[in-house]
Amino acid sequence: MPAATPFLEVADALKEYGAHDLDLCYQCSTCTGSCPWSFVEPLHIRKLIHMAQLGLPGYEGEDLWKCTTCASCQVRCPRGVAIVDLVRSTRTMIGETGLIPQSLRSALGSVKGEGNPWNGKREERNAWTESAGIPRFDPEKHEYLLSACCMSSYDKRSRRIADALWKVLQAGGVTAGVLGAEESCCGEAVRKIGDEPTFQSLGKQNAAAFEKARVRKVIALSPHCYHTFKNEYAEFGAKLEVLHASEVIQRLLFEGKIKPVKKLDLTVTWHDPCYLGRHNDVFEAPREVLRALPGVTFREMFRNRKQSLCCGGGGGRMWMETKRGERFSDLRLPEALAVGATVLATGCPYCVNMFEDSRLGLEREDAIQVRDLAELVAETL
Amino acid sequence: MPFKIGVYVCHCGTNIAGMVNVEEVAEFAKQIPGVALSRTYKFMCSDPGQALLQEDIRQNKLDAVVVAACSPLMHERTFRRAAQDAGLNPFLVQIANIREQCSWVTEGKGAATEKAKALVAAAVRRAREHQPLEMRRVEITPSALVVGGGIAGIQAALDLADAGVQVVLVEREPSIGGHMAMFDKTFPTLDCAACILTPKMVAAGSHPNIKLMTWSEVEEVSGFVGNFKVKIRRKAGYVDHDKCTGCGLCIEKCPYKADSEFEQGLAKRKAVYLPFAQAVPNKPIIDKSSCAYLKNGKCRVCVKFCEAAAIDFEQQDRIEEVTVGTIILATGFQAMDGRRIPELGYGRLPGVYSALEFERLNNAAGPTNGAIQTRDGRAPQSVAILHCTGSRDENHHRYCSRVCCMYALKYAHLIREKLPEARVYNFYIDMRCFGKGYEEFYKRLQEEGVHFVRGKGAQVWGGAEWKAMVPAAAVPEGLGDQQLMVVAEDSLLGQVLHVPVDMVVLTPAFEPRFDAEEMGRRFLVSRGADGFFLEQHPKLAPVSTTNEGVFIAGACQGPKDIPDTVAQGSAAASKALSLITRKEIEIEATTAYVQDELCSGCRTCIGLCPYNAITFDEARKRAAVNDALCKGCGTCVAACPSSAILARHFGDRQIFSEIEGLLSL
Repeated sequence: MPAATPFLEVADALKEYGAHDLDLCYQCSTCTGSCPWSFVEPLHIRKLIHMAQLGLPGYEGEDLWKCTTCASCQVRCPRGVAIVDLVRSTRTMIGETGLIPQSLRSALGSVKGEGNPWNGKREERNAWTESAGIPRFDPEKHEYLLSACCMSSYDKRSRRIADALWKVLQAGGVTAGVLGAEESCCGEAVRKIGDEPTFQSLGKQNAAAFEKARVRKVIALSPHCYHTFKNEYAEFGAKLEVLHASEVIQRLLFEGKIKPVKKLDLTVTWHDPCYLGRHNDVFEAPREVLRALPGVTFREMFRNRKQSLCCGGGGGRMWMETKRGERFSDLRLPEALAVGATVLATGCPYCVNMFEDSRLGLEREDAIQVRDLAELVAETL
Repeated sequence: MPFKIGVYVCHCGTNIAGMVNVEEVAEFAKQIPGVALSRTYKFMCSDPGQALLQEDIRQNKLDAVVVAACSPLMHERTFRRAAQDAGLNPFLVQIANIREQCSWVTEGKGAATEKAKALVAAAVRRAREHQPLEMRRVEITPSALVVGGGIAGIQAALDLADAGVQVVLVEREPSIGGHMAMFDKTFPTLDCAACILTPKMVAAGSHPNIKLMTWSEVEEVSGFVGNFKVKIRRKAGYVDHDKCTGCGLCIEKCPYKADSEFEQGLAKRKAVYLPFAQAVPNKPIIDKSSCAYLKNGKCRVCVKFCEAAAIDFEQQDRIEEVTVGTIILATGFQAMDGRRIPELGYGRLPGVYSALEFERLNNAAGPTNGAIQTRDGRAPQSVAILHCTGSRDENHHRYCSRVCCMYALKYAHLIREKLPEARVYNFYIDMRCFGKGYEEFYKRLQEEGVHFVRGKGAQVWGGAEWKAMVPAAAVPEGLGDQQLMVVAEDSLLGQVLHVPVDMVVLTPAFEPRFDAEEMGRRFLVSRGADGFFLEQHPKLAPVSTTNEGVFIAGACQGPKDIPDTVAQGSAAASKALSLITRKEIEIEATTAYVQDELCSGCRTCIGLCPYNAITFDEARKRAAVNDALCKGCGTCVAACPSSAILARHFGDRQIFSEIEGLLSL
């Protein structure tokens, strides 16, 4: 490696893009050692940070795009560095020079054109709600906006989650409706990929649509939308009370508004989605629900709560190829099986999608089922 | 007769004069009504500066002086004393702080000069309203209370007792000795902890000037410097120590057991017990939560065997009151609970030990007679010592615990000494070996073949868990289910390491005692942001507190090693001694007083007084301030709904005049 000269202007620029904590890092290595990649093909986030501190080439390298923004490092960082923001800011700066990886560009193009990353048509966003009989949001009649995530709007497997959630909400007497084609992608992944301008325009668009429809309360199916509406939409002037599906279900259950009666006879474990757990500290609501379901034996995996293993789908990784053997979701199913679970339950369409994919790679596909919490609850009603 | 005030504007070298036009300020002062003369001088605090002021007081018969200089914390006493020596009441000296509050913090000479003028104008107006006050003198009770019988408290008590002071040494546990008594060896010299500690424990236990109260806690403190009244709860131990001969037969015969606190739960003790063999006093107590007789009225085996008839199940807690002149707090620290860092597996994985557990494991008098072995009896072939667990960490404690690097080295040495084949890894962020002989010890450990990995241990998993969690390629051959896997990045290599070991030792952060907040309130000692007791000045008054007569020593003030702890114990003793040998002390003249005719008897003030200085006169239905206890904090003055309480030296007229002065420019 040749000698290098610090190029501190790079560090200054990164800070302007939001890497405020860059200088706080004291290089203890907790981040790299806590990263889920440390189990397979390590991501040297500490080294990236130090290169960024000195503005040395390499900070923008391949490792930067490996990060799933799962926050495993961030919740343990002894200096309290917002590491996810460091990654996002660096990607944003790189993004401005057009260096976003090829595989992400198609998803970004779809978001820009159709308001979703799945190459679905904007006008078809509404399609699934019609067969399910879900009404358009009406502030006079509905307490909540049901925000079902692009994934559940366009992906068949994920749609089953939305249908199940609707069934549970109906049973619990919750009044809700959807915005349909007027709602666009929340922009969570777009922002983490580093396309800040598109995130800004999505945020403004959605905030305006919410305001126009007089939306005050939102039930988010995906933790990614939940996180973004709850924590990042204030900058677009949106004043929203945001709940994740698991929180709503927990509330309905404990207020006695839904009564799970059908026995399931399953051993279930809970996979904490990063954006529900580590990013937003919702750990107990889904567990309380699972423990209350008749016929469910609950088991914890070794990596639970703040230590939960990322499914690998965050931070844009959903649209990037990960080699077999390096996929976190491939590691998660054996862990669930090792604690005796027959069902891996979770609360995120990305996670469900990643795990369903991995399940197909198992020796016996039927060794374990992958279910969203809403699906399990709906079955008991 | 007109009121004559002298104004002195100090240059403080260039500290003030570099930013403030002192001559202009002095000229300005001359125009203020009441100012008889106004001068500047290079260093007012110097002898000639003070002499100048004294000369003026005598020659010009000044009624008050204003010194525009540094903070009153620095030199108010200096100028008050100088004025007093020249025949002026010291309370007629007013300081205008034109350094810390002006020249050091104001940008631009013009603005600084204007601000200095305002401050001088304020001080002059206020000085005009001052009344002469008399400091009062009270006698000092020539005795001391030392709270906490660890090495800091023992050292302080011995130093005081050797100087002839009567000392009451209170210890919460059944024996003195504290954390140091649990250790095997001490870094960097590797002296045996017991060999150097127990002689001091015995000396403290038998010293004619030390009254030892173990199994006791301070319940209430009242009074003030020189005359603290302290209520001490002597907890019932159900053994009459006056009769007990310490033969130990009761312990031998007692059929009931509980986890030993001293052994960190790694061994059992009896319901009647000595925490450890060399305990001082060497007489047992009965733990009521594990004694069958105290729980359900059956057993009394100890009574049957005690020839001295010392077992006394009727014993009750009793309160003993002592009066002392000074107090030393040496209440120590507690180790952070490793379970607060779940990724390191403590409490879940049996192979993960806390530092104190390892101390006991390694101690010849400990649960394994000093054999370093896992809970299932295996001698570890490899051990990982994880540094900084909970220290230097925003999620837990921001500070460095200061001793972990060194005892981690000590552990590495002890493991290699007892198990020469064992591999020992230290996972560190920075090696902090700053004390005398410490760096040398670090080098010695490198010579002894200990391995150092620069990178914090990030996660620890059980062997069985690891196999279920990672790809087959990441499972090293022969990894046992009972083994542990440490994941860390070596930052020097930029490479993630998976290190299989048989044992992990954590270095949990030092923490303030769980009841430090309550103790702080009880002794009126404030605490820093870190929760430890706060010294009066971090450099120049390291064992004093803002509560006069109360000193702090050892780890209750912050993490420290044994040498620093002993040094502070002696330092606190010396401060206490210098107070006691004065025989009497001046106390605050700036106290509050109640104007009887205005007091409605509402008692609002009584509950608010932090010094318990206000009592209620039932006969007259009026509140009354005890001058001896009042610190002049003004809380009651501000709170009194009838404005019946006034503060000497801080009356409304004095404060308003000062404000008017400030705004007069």
